[in-house]
Formats: sequence, C-alpha cells, structure tokens
Amino acid sequence: MTDVAIVGMAQTPYRRRRDDANFAELIYEVSCGALQDAGLEVGDIDNFITVSNDFWDGRTISSMAVQDACGSSFDGGRNVSTVEGDGTFGLLYGMMRILSGAYRTTLVVVHCKGSEGNMRLITNGMFDYIYTRPLGIEATGAAALQARRYMDKYKLTEEDFAHVSIKNRGNALRNPNAQLAASLSLDEVMASTPIASPLKLHDISPISDGAAAVVLAHRNVANKLGRKPVWVKGIAHCSEAHFLGDRDLAEAPALRDAAFRAYQMAGIEDPFAEIDLVELYDAYSYMEPLWFEEMGFCSKGEGAELTRLGATAFDGPLPVNPSGGVLSAHAVMVAGLARVIEAALQIRGEAGERQVEGPVELALAHGINGPCGQSHCVVILGE
Amino acid sequence: MAQRVGIIGFGQTYHRSHRDDVNGVELINEAVRAALEDAGLSIDDIDAVVIGNMDHFEAVNYVDTWSVDGSGAWMKPLIKLTTGGTTGSTLGIAGYHHAASGLFDVVLVIGWEKNSESDTTGAIITCSDPIFDRFSFSGALPGLAVEASAYIKRYGIKEEDAARVAVRDRAHGANNPYAQLQTPVTVEEVMLSPMLSWPIKLLDICPRSDGAAAVIFAGERKARQLCSQPAWVHYTAVRHSHAYFGDVDYTRLHTLEAAVQELYQNVGIKEPLKELDVVELYQPYSFAGLKWIEAMGLCKPGESPRLVWDGVTDMGGELPFNPSGGVICTNCIGATGLLRIGEAALQVMDRAVGRQVPDVNLALATGFGGAYWSDLMLLGRRPW
Repeated sequence: MTDVAIVGMAQTPYRRRRDDANFAELIYEVSCGALQDAGLEVGDIDNFITVSNDFWDGRTISSMAVQDACGSSFDGGRNVSTVEGDGTFGLLYGMMRILSGAYRTTLVVVHCKGSEGNMRLITNGMFDYIYTRPLGIEATGAAALQARRYMDKYKLTEEDFAHVSIKNRGNALRNPNAQLAASLSLDEVMASTPIASPLKLHDISPISDGAAAVVLAHRNVANKLGRKPVWVKGIAHCSEAHFLGDRDLAEAPALRDAAFRAYQMAGIEDPFAEIDLVELYDAYSYMEPLWFEEMGFCSKGEGAELTRLGATAFDGPLPVNPSGGVLSAHAVMVAGLARVIEAALQIRGEAGERQVEGPVELALAHGINGPCGQSHCVVILGE
Repeated sequence: MAQRVGIIGFGQTYHRSHRDDVNGVELINEAVRAALEDAGLSIDDIDAVVIGNMDHFEAVNYVDTWSVDGSGAWMKPLIKLTTGGTTGSTLGIAGYHHAASGLFDVVLVIGWEKNSESDTTGAIITCSDPIFDRFSFSGALPGLAVEASAYIKRYGIKEEDAARVAVRDRAHGANNPYAQLQTPVTVEEVMLSPMLSWPIKLLDICPRSDGAAAVIFAGERKARQLCSQPAWVHYTAVRHSHAYFGDVDYTRLHTLEAAVQELYQNVGIKEPLKELDVVELYQPYSFAGLKWIEAMGLCKPGESPRLVWDGVTDMGGELPFNPSGGVICTNCIGATGLLRIGEAALQVMDRAVGRQVPDVNLALATGFGGAYWSDLMLLGRRPW
C-alpha cells in the first residue's frame, strides 16, 4: 500500500525530567519541528491527532492541555481527535482519517512526562480493581511474571535477557536523544539491583519525559513535497485477553495476528529476508526476543539465541532497535511513535551516527498497550 | 479504498443513577449484546472495536484492554479514544473513519460511563489548567453558569425561557424507556428547583448516569447486505479549539458555529431549519437549548426563545430536538455523544419506537465537551 506517507517528523531528546517545559511546550516543540521537517505550515494541516493519557498527565481530558499547542485551534479550529494509547495507535487513526478521504494532511502528536507521575500507581490502575489491583501488581511486577514464564517455557536464562540490555544501551551511545546510553558488561547487568525477580535494574526501561510528532500525507500531497516520502506500507493492531491468568504470557497471539495482517497488507512473505530493520517496544529486556519471535522472524524460543549471536546487532543482518530502543528512553506512548520515527529516519538515510550500514528499504516499527503487551500495533514502513 | 459508511445497529443499557446490578465490564457487555442483536450479528462478525470513556471517573487506566471480556474485543483490533464530554461523538466519528478507510468492514463502537463510581466534579476539575484555570473553572457548572449569564445579559432572555427547554426534553424523555429521568416537569417546577450556580437550577441541568451505548458501523457493501435501511453517514466535523477556559468567548459558541458552517457548506444545506428533520443535541443544560441552536443557524441570535415557546423544537414541531429526552434526561458521559448518534440513527432507520419523528431524511447528532468543543455527525436515509 502506498496511499499514506510520513512526510515530516520530530522528537524531543528524552530525559528523566524536563522541568523546563510543560505538556503544551513539549508538543509545541515537536509540532514546529515536524512541520519544518515536512516543509509545511500549520495552515497546510487539515487534521490533527493528539495522543495522551489522563493517568500519566494527572488531568482528565488530558488532550485539553495540548489542543492549541499542536495547532488544531488554527484559523478558527481544525478537525482533531484524541487517541489514548500508544503513539502507534495515533498514527493508525490519523492514517484512517486520510484513507477515508476526509483529510489530506495529518499531524500526529504525543507527549508524556513520566517525571510528573507515579509509575507504580498509574500502571496499577490498568488492572482489574476487584481481583488483581489489590495485589499491588503494576507494570514491572506483571512483566516479571511474563519474563519468568517465558524463561520457564523456552529454557531461557537471565543472561539471555542481559544481552539485550547490553546491545540496546550500547546502541544508544550513537543516539543523542537517548536517556540511558552505556557500554554495559554482562556482569554489570547481572549484578544490577534486583527489582522484581528475574528483572534487574538494567533489564528495565527508564522513566522519561518527551514528545514526538509525525506529519502524514495522502499520496497526492506526499509526492509533491520536496522530501522523500516514507510510505506506511502495512499497519495492523490486535488485542488479546486482559486477565494475566487467562493468558499464556510466553505467547503473544495478538502480536502474531497483527504482524501477519501488516505483512499481508505490505505484501511481505518472508519477514526476516525482506525487512531490513526493526524498532520494537522493548520496555523490558525480555520483551525484545519475545516480540521478535511473535513477529515471525524466528521460531519460538530462538530470539535470545539470535541476539547472542549478533543477528540483531547494530551491524548484524537484521538490526533491532539501533536507536537504543525503549530500554534507553521510555516516555510512555511517545515510545511507539519514536520507534516509527527512528525506522523512518533509517529509511530516509538520515539517522546520523545511528544510521545502519546498507540501504534500509523496509522497516518494522511496533507499539504496545496494556499489561504485558496485551495489545499491539505493527507498522511496516518502506521507500 | 475509501468507502461510504452506514450505521446498521444500535444498543444501549437501561440508564440509571446507580446500576448496582452490574460492574463496568458487564455494563459495557449489556450495550454490546443489545447492538449485536439489533443488527442481527454475532461478535464474530465484528472486524474492529473502538471504545472510550473518561477514565478518571472509574479510575481505570487503559480501559480498552481492561474491558475486553465485556466488549468482545478479544483477538480483535482495538483502540481507545477519549476527549471528555465529546468522547461519545469522537468515538462515533472514529467508527466512521475505521470503516470509511476501507481497513475494516464492520466496526463496533462503545461509549460508557459509570458515574456512580466517581466523584464527577472532583474528576472534571482536573481538566482545567492547574496554574491559570483551575481556581475559577472548577468542574462543569462554573463555565456553563458563565455562559448562561453572558447570554442572559446580552439578549435579555429569561430563566423561564431556559426552563421551557428543560420541560421539552423531560416530556420527550417520558417516551424513552432507556432514559434515566422519565417524568415530565413544568416550568414552575424548574423555576422552583434548587439553585446550583446562578442561573442554573437543578432541573436545568443533566443528571449523572450509569450507562453504555454501542453503535455498529459498516462499509457500504456490508451495510446494504446486512441492513434494509442503514443510517448513512453524510458528514462529520470537529472543533476542539481551546485549551484554556479563559480563552473561550462565552457570548458565542464559536466551535459549533465553525463546525456547522463546514458541514452545511460541504453537504449543501442552506436552510437548516427546513432541511434537517431531527436533531439530537448534546445539550447538558437548558440554556444551551437556546444559545446553541442560534449557533446552528436556526434563527438569529437572541431569537431562540420564540422558537422554543412556539413548539418548533417539540415532537410534532418543524424540527424536533432530542426525541430521546437528550442529555437532560440521561448523561452517562462517555456514552452521551454516542447516544446522540445512535438515537439519530434510529430516527433515520425509522426504528425509534415510541419516540419516532415521522419521515426523517436527515438527522444531526452533536457532541459537546472539553473547553467548549463541538462535534457533529450528519446521518441520512440515502447514501451521500
């Protein structure tokens, strides 16, 4: 499919605390950046999608904080909507509104300031309030259950996951936007503070502040702009069951389904051979091989082995998270759109120091919603 | 890729101030089952699910993933949208774009709220900017009271004029078995009801309700195949212009003016009073039933009381408003805008038992919320 293209993008650097900017100021920064990158002005945009979350913002109707900053109030007001979920879902809805024929150019913006919230309380709030919330379970506690189940089912070790952190934090050294970048040794990861067994400090993404924006355009507009369009060739989303006890956490059938449909839309038959680069949602180290397997790049249980062999390394045959991934910067919801932007920059050949070797013609970007990746969105980008 | 879209099914719960018999997921499920039954479909026929509410009311984060057991979105594409009071209309518009994009054929859209589990005003307060707005615009009432006061001052309208609007909607609500408030009231009763924030009295304003709504949208081919008379989506328009309550011009509802102008121009409506057949207005309080119908271009500013007293907007009038009883009879916030769309669809489909307006060709549904934002969806008997 080559109906909708990414024609502009911007992201803030991700930092532990951006106390120089409020939500609106972060959004203004990336909105201006994405428009400038596209060579467009706010008057050229006929549709806006803001992405935010009331719990993370501590405000109901969290979109209210950024309606004017993104430009939707321009010229008496433009058509706008708000998605509450990962930024990839905002991209998806923005794209739908172009495909429906209603709009031609869409600005998708997303912000989050993890520094202003309490991650444990906020993610505890996504669990059922009768059966599971009183247990005190939150994102990291749930992730630990998933990591343990994945290890048990496929005979994996904590060291297997440590290699993912080493790779991604190492990749982040080339990315000036990353919050955590380091040359970690296996011993350092293994000796880092236990948080929720088997997860240790270096297995876990940081809490970050940041924002991102993407300009989408219909083919007729995209082809007229000076920039090389990055086409959304395939996109699909899917959710599975909510209760952790209803799921086998070592499997992600919703991701399998979403990836399959995205590949179908993009005409991909052999993802490992055809896709040149992957930016996936590695909120925890174990997630990278788990998601990688469910995307059909290798058999179940083999993802960690491929990482150890260097297949997913920066200079490997299929680089995964050359940006450093979510493990290096995790502004919630922003992180999915950041994956899209990183993949698109690679396709443009504009990823600077983190540009991988060889041409990137087809790339996969991925975002998640809900506990332990209950819901997924898979985006296939191409030249 | 792009395709025309029709509404082929609508289901709603029995709305009450407290639905103690169900939890949130069960409430959602009640509406979903009703919509599927209405459309003659099973959950297997649904290609994608759209859901929303205002999550600070129930204090559930990521409502989309939490509610899968009730929504039926297991192993289906699922997305959540939320925009405050406009959530329901935002959801309906998203359902339209899901199908219109050609990516999905049959789309289930769910809006819901369980206000009995919330401190409604406590939650709404937090939408205001914490530095500039929160101390003065704390909750839903203050802004509306400012708007009503400004309107009264400018056009010399009377509180009784607004009371007449409440009387109309409460009379209509008596025809709707799903409405929370089904007892008619008189102008005197409205005038004597407790003052909340001048000039708004208890019977001028909506209740807080538990309830859910589900609407099924389908692409043209599927819609024709599955439904003998779909309600075709003609146009949608949205203005969510402001971030600060202090920026709003309380003498006019600019967002509604801009949205209807876009809609009328694109659809070719020149005389809305004559051309529209029924309106489901997201009217959270009685004064909106005056001022906002002026913003819709139905009459000149300040002239709406005459229309309302003459019965133009009553059942049997030239342009009936809120045959369902509207927001003044039921306000389950995340569902409210979607109820407007569902009720408008019933009118177009000729299936609004007991509250049907005869010969509806065009029905307009609106949404209101946030910092005086407006949404519109125009539905018609024939595809546009």
